[in-house]
Amino acid sequence: MQLTGAQALIKSLEQEGVDTIFGLPGGAILPVYDPLIDSTIRHILVRHEQGAGHMAEGYALATGRPGVAMVTSGPGATNIVTPIGNAHMDSTPLVIITGQVATGSIGTDAFQECDITGITMGITKHNFLIQSAQEIPRAVAAAFHLATTGRPGPVLIDVPKDVAQSMMDWWYPTTIEELDLPGYRPEVPLNETAIDDAAQLIAESERPVLYVGGGTLKSHASKELVAFAERTGMPVVTTLMARGAFPDSHRQHLGMPGMHGTYTAVTAVQKCDLLISLGARFDDRVTGKIAAFAAGAKVIHVDIDKAEFNKVRQADVAIQSNVAAVLRALDAKDATPRNLDAWWREIDGWREQFPLVYDEPTAEGPLRPQHVIEAIAAAAAPGTIVSSGVGQHQMWASQFWKFEEPGTWVNSGGAGTMGFGVPSAIGAKVGRPDRTVWCIDGDGCFQMTAQELVTARAEGIPIKVAILNNAYLGMVRQWQEMFYDERYSEVYLNADLPDYVKWAEAMGCVGLRARTLEEMHDVIAQANQINDVPVIIDFRTDSSEKVFPMVAAGASNDDIMVHPLQTGAAK
Amino acid sequence: MSATPEPFLGPTNHTPVRHHILSVLVENKAGVLARIAGLFARRGFNIYSLAVAPAESGAKFSRVTIVVDAESAPLEQIVGQLNKLVNVVEITDLAPKDALERELLIATVAVDDTTRTSLLDAVAGFGASIVDVDAQAVTVMLAGTPAACDQAERALESFNQVELHRTGRVALPRLGRTAPAISSTKTESN
Repeated sequence: MQLTGAQALIKSLEQEGVDTIFGLPGGAILPVYDPLIDSTIRHILVRHEQGAGHMAEGYALATGRPGVAMVTSGPGATNIVTPIGNAHMDSTPLVIITGQVATGSIGTDAFQECDITGITMGITKHNFLIQSAQEIPRAVAAAFHLATTGRPGPVLIDVPKDVAQSMMDWWYPTTIEELDLPGYRPEVPLNETAIDDAAQLIAESERPVLYVGGGTLKSHASKELVAFAERTGMPVVTTLMARGAFPDSHRQHLGMPGMHGTYTAVTAVQKCDLLISLGARFDDRVTGKIAAFAAGAKVIHVDIDKAEFNKVRQADVAIQSNVAAVLRALDAKDATPRNLDAWWREIDGWREQFPLVYDEPTAEGPLRPQHVIEAIAAAAAPGTIVSSGVGQHQMWASQFWKFEEPGTWVNSGGAGTMGFGVPSAIGAKVGRPDRTVWCIDGDGCFQMTAQELVTARAEGIPIKVAILNNAYLGMVRQWQEMFYDERYSEVYLNADLPDYVKWAEAMGCVGLRARTLEEMHDVIAQANQINDVPVIIDFRTDSSEKVFPMVAAGASNDDIMVHPLQTGAAK
Repeated sequence: MSATPEPFLGPTNHTPVRHHILSVLVENKAGVLARIAGLFARRGFNIYSLAVAPAESGAKFSRVTIVVDAESAPLEQIVGQLNKLVNVVEITDLAPKDALERELLIATVAVDDTTRTSLLDAVAGFGASIVDVDAQAVTVMLAGTPAACDQAERALESFNQVELHRTGRVALPRLGRTAPAISSTKTESN
């Protein structure tokens, strides 16, 4: 069967089971958009290419399946660089297709030409510049294989316009060998010696902690994690990338570790004698000052990516594997720590003394952002998916929302990409239309990507957006208050400009506003009644609220600052 | 790599421990060298020298011999990150003591009637050969150990050098000391 390269590309995506592409057409990718009309694949037409990338990420994080985005060459391609970088940091499986100028024009500074494979070399797992239409099926199949196996990540396929237009004989790879990836061997046999060593360390431990990272979600190991934790009785902390991997309601869950983690999670990690890292990477936001991080602990480091071992922290036992296989192997060995009663008494003491707290809300407002999140959560259907932007609202969402299952928390971890919330919520809702999707956003983040609400309205994607509007770039403001002598440099945004309600309405969405407690409960109830169009709520929150606990950048986790209510200090 | 002379490293058998030779088999595809160079640049790893040529298996693979500065980053990190490049097929770490290293040096030296003889004596002394001659200059070539090339380079410093190029080294394991291919032993326990 003879097909054009463009037809072969769309057919290849169908072969990979793609049901949705997020994208925006342009000159160089035009040939590929033509056969899309005849395809069963749904295309979501975005308003900015960055939106397409973040939607694909939201889709991937909520479904566990790779997200797909397609854009044109030049500025179309550079506009999606931020989502690619974001997905690379968070190991999110994406396949990005970019148009490219015709092969004969490459290197001539042609109109809308850019070297996108060069630009994204350092922020993709791999990328391809297609040279002939015949190569397209192999490149697509290889891209999905690379994106979804081993340590997942974004893969980019750059398709020159003439390649899309030329003819090829249809074929599709059916074996891994046909992908021709001689240097790619993501799966390795489990090292039994390392499992024995790990079991030995566990047997010797009296104060173990399971340090659960995003790799646990990526390897779908939540069930194994719960089974392992319950069998061994070990306490669990879940990083920002792993929220939902272990139920927040579980007695053994201590919360999130790190800069804005719970006092109990941070302190338990600091004082443990055995730290079992499951798909985590000892990020600086978790470790604080690395020399002072869990200084007395032995480390078992489980990761599918061997390069993570000894990168930041020396491991006593390193096991290259997906998390689920290791937990099953340790269960099979009946690896069990010593009696943990004393350890739990200590932990429960911290839990009792330093729970997450915030100041009492006042009836007339301004609203407490933490309270708004708890109120939305209390009224939300079970299994609601939450996305967020980056900053204070993200930390509060992670702290105060109770995540009970994988795929319910969609956020930008490693890259810290402001504006991630709205488009990723749209992608999550497309992937999981059966679920309610709330975006907990900040006013600064919202303004970066809000135009995608036009996409959401036009495509019938009814997400709900809670803007915690404190009129500031809140996290920057917090740092300026705490570390720059309250010299507020370029952080004020103005709560009334833009008018978020009018903006929502102009985009075809429902816009609501709440200033008082009564209004807060009222608009949340209203939002929950609307299931056909997106709803945007402007919650007017207290500008002076800060995220606690906090470990200052570069400080030891021993020097964690708790909420002023818990120090007896006046706010 | 650079036009300015690198600091003298000393003879091979005294090559500082911080230098390691990575023999990297890669797919012979467009952009592979950029991927390797880009990885070293963004991770802050230092390359001391680099040599690239098609490998024995024909056009499908190339061999990149990288002398790395294992002080800029732990060798384990360099190898681990390099191994994640999809086009990298196999990495062999050759410790200098277990490696047979060779490098090519060519140099053009300006000579006149008074210096020509002493240059020819020096060239004979370090086992180099004359590859080109005219009235004002001589081009000499030496294929030898990096240490021999270092000695030749020093010897030539006393002459009026026009240009001196070195290729960077290539290496194979010494017989009987076959180095393990690091990338084939993917599971590790410390």
